[in-house]
Amino acid sequence: MSSSPSGLELGAQAHGLEGRMVADPESGGELLEVAMGPHHPSTHGVFRMDVTLDGERIVRLKPVFGYLHRNHEKLGEGQTYLASIPYTDRLDYICSLTNNWAYALAVEKLAGQEVPERAEYLRVIVGELTRVQNHALSVGFLIQDMGASGTPLMYGFKEREKILDLFESLTGSRMMCNYMRFGGVRVDATEEWLNQARKVVAGLPKFADEFEALLVTNEILMARTQGVGILPPKLAISAGVTGPLLRASGVNYDLRKVDHYSIYDRFDFKVPLGDHWDVYDRFMIRLLELRQSIRILEQALKDIPAGPVMDPKARIRNFRPKAGEAYGRIEAPKGELGFYLISDGGPNPYRYRVRPPSFMNLTILEDMCLGQNVADVVLILGSVDIVLGEVDR
Amino acid sequence: MKTVEEIKAAIEAAVPGAGVEIVPNPGPSAQHSLLLKPERAVEVAKFLRDDPELALDHLSNVTGVDWLDKEITEKVKVTRTVTKTVDGVEQPIEETVEETRKRVEPGYLEVVYHLFSVAKKHGPVVLRMRTGNRSDQVELPSMTRVWRSAEFQEREIFDLYGVVFKGHPDLRRILMWEGFKDHPMRKDYVEPDDFEYEPTAHDEVLRRAQAHRALEAAAAGKGAAQ
Repeated sequence: MSSSPSGLELGAQAHGLEGRMVADPESGGELLEVAMGPHHPSTHGVFRMDVTLDGERIVRLKPVFGYLHRNHEKLGEGQTYLASIPYTDRLDYICSLTNNWAYALAVEKLAGQEVPERAEYLRVIVGELTRVQNHALSVGFLIQDMGASGTPLMYGFKEREKILDLFESLTGSRMMCNYMRFGGVRVDATEEWLNQARKVVAGLPKFADEFEALLVTNEILMARTQGVGILPPKLAISAGVTGPLLRASGVNYDLRKVDHYSIYDRFDFKVPLGDHWDVYDRFMIRLLELRQSIRILEQALKDIPAGPVMDPKARIRNFRPKAGEAYGRIEAPKGELGFYLISDGGPNPYRYRVRPPSFMNLTILEDMCLGQNVADVVLILGSVDIVLGEVDR
Repeated sequence: MKTVEEIKAAIEAAVPGAGVEIVPNPGPSAQHSLLLKPERAVEVAKFLRDDPELALDHLSNVTGVDWLDKEITEKVKVTRTVTKTVDGVEQPIEETVEETRKRVEPGYLEVVYHLFSVAKKHGPVVLRMRTGNRSDQVELPSMTRVWRSAEFQEREIFDLYGVVFKGHPDLRRILMWEGFKDHPMRKDYVEPDDFEYEPTAHDEVLRRAQAHRALEAAAAGKGAAQ
């Protein structure tokens, strides 16, 4: 990178919508350097890819991010454990509830706290609802990136709207839910809310059927995505790729099954795996996972017991875990979301680290894109499913 | 899954002279870690990845931690000889006195690796490495050639903590922009004075506003002189 212009210069050129011709030492021809982003409709936020092209073919691609960086981890060190919960909402702002959950789980490990049964059920219910709306949305956006402007995305949004209404009536907020606490959840769900949730969940299989009928065998979708952006399983494991992206590469690794955290052992569900490791498989895996989430939701909403939602021994105020450290992780919709905390016995964490799945999944973006066409990059990035609030922190 | 003691023994059998130490974790999570010597760390990492029983193929998380210099105050008993007049005769007498001494334990930057196994579905195994100090001995070996997932995370630690990873293929800043100085995640990082203070009637704000204006005036004076 030292011989090429700095990132800032490249970005400045991109604002003038210009590329830059550079000599290709291998063929003797010329290559085109362009900056895709940071304001590009396909980048799902402020994200840039410095791309070197040979005609339409990608020969080099460097992701550049940090535009949304606010040093989330430093903020976490400067405030109490409790005060960080609303901040975690803003990491992956599509899935605030799973962010809360991962953080609560890590703190519970650090302090050795228990969670009552009803609270575990509520966590699973809101967590799986989060997964459903994330996958509906990410598939919608993927199709949008392909040029199907509007319709499929709005199908996804329509269903998400119902789920966000549920979140709003339970937590008071549609997206920034701030719902979990160490040792339980903040408020209990009423019987009316559970009935409303059962109604929404009962409507989800029909949505999944419609969505699949519209998309799965669509000729354009198949032509654009099959065999594109191959990610071999060996590379995926080595690169720390997790979530639907890893399972689309055929690796059976779902933390809900592996770590046995919370009460996932009680539910009957399968882990869908891909065979072809391409963009189409990633798209299909999300649709299949959505159906498995519906299965979990049906079981959880049927079995949810009565009882307290907070551990009565849990301290909310003046919470000071003993000195030590803990790494806790969950299967968030985008992959393994982990929190690593070091306590020195004080009211604030000494070290507060987020292991964001979409940041790690970007490691192999270049490997997937090399040799592909420019138009495919947009799809490959869409299939990774990134959220910049989490990548940049 | 093997315990940390068993993993330590396995490492020492496979990589002689690896010098692994166990760092106990007193908290309820009981995730103890292994402190590696930087010189042999890559060999140890390769062993942990390739050993069929451990098969730690998934490097999940890489974290930087900053430990500041610690000033330790301790009371030491010192024996010394003093000349005293006893019974009108001056003679040397041994006397034990308690003295308060201060010493500075140098700080260091620490990098923590959380390993899991996708093949065997176990973990975590926690590895740590420490730099010599926080200023000029901040080099550690890079794990990117062993686990690709270290690539961006080590860049992040280089960016935010200033640990230099030897053997990293592309060590650049990742979250802060190129040309940024300093490492914002360090505990002693001071935010640059580039804020605008509203002149409210709070003493603290007024004081900082005044200090800020004085700095600005000094900078402007310097600019005019050049």
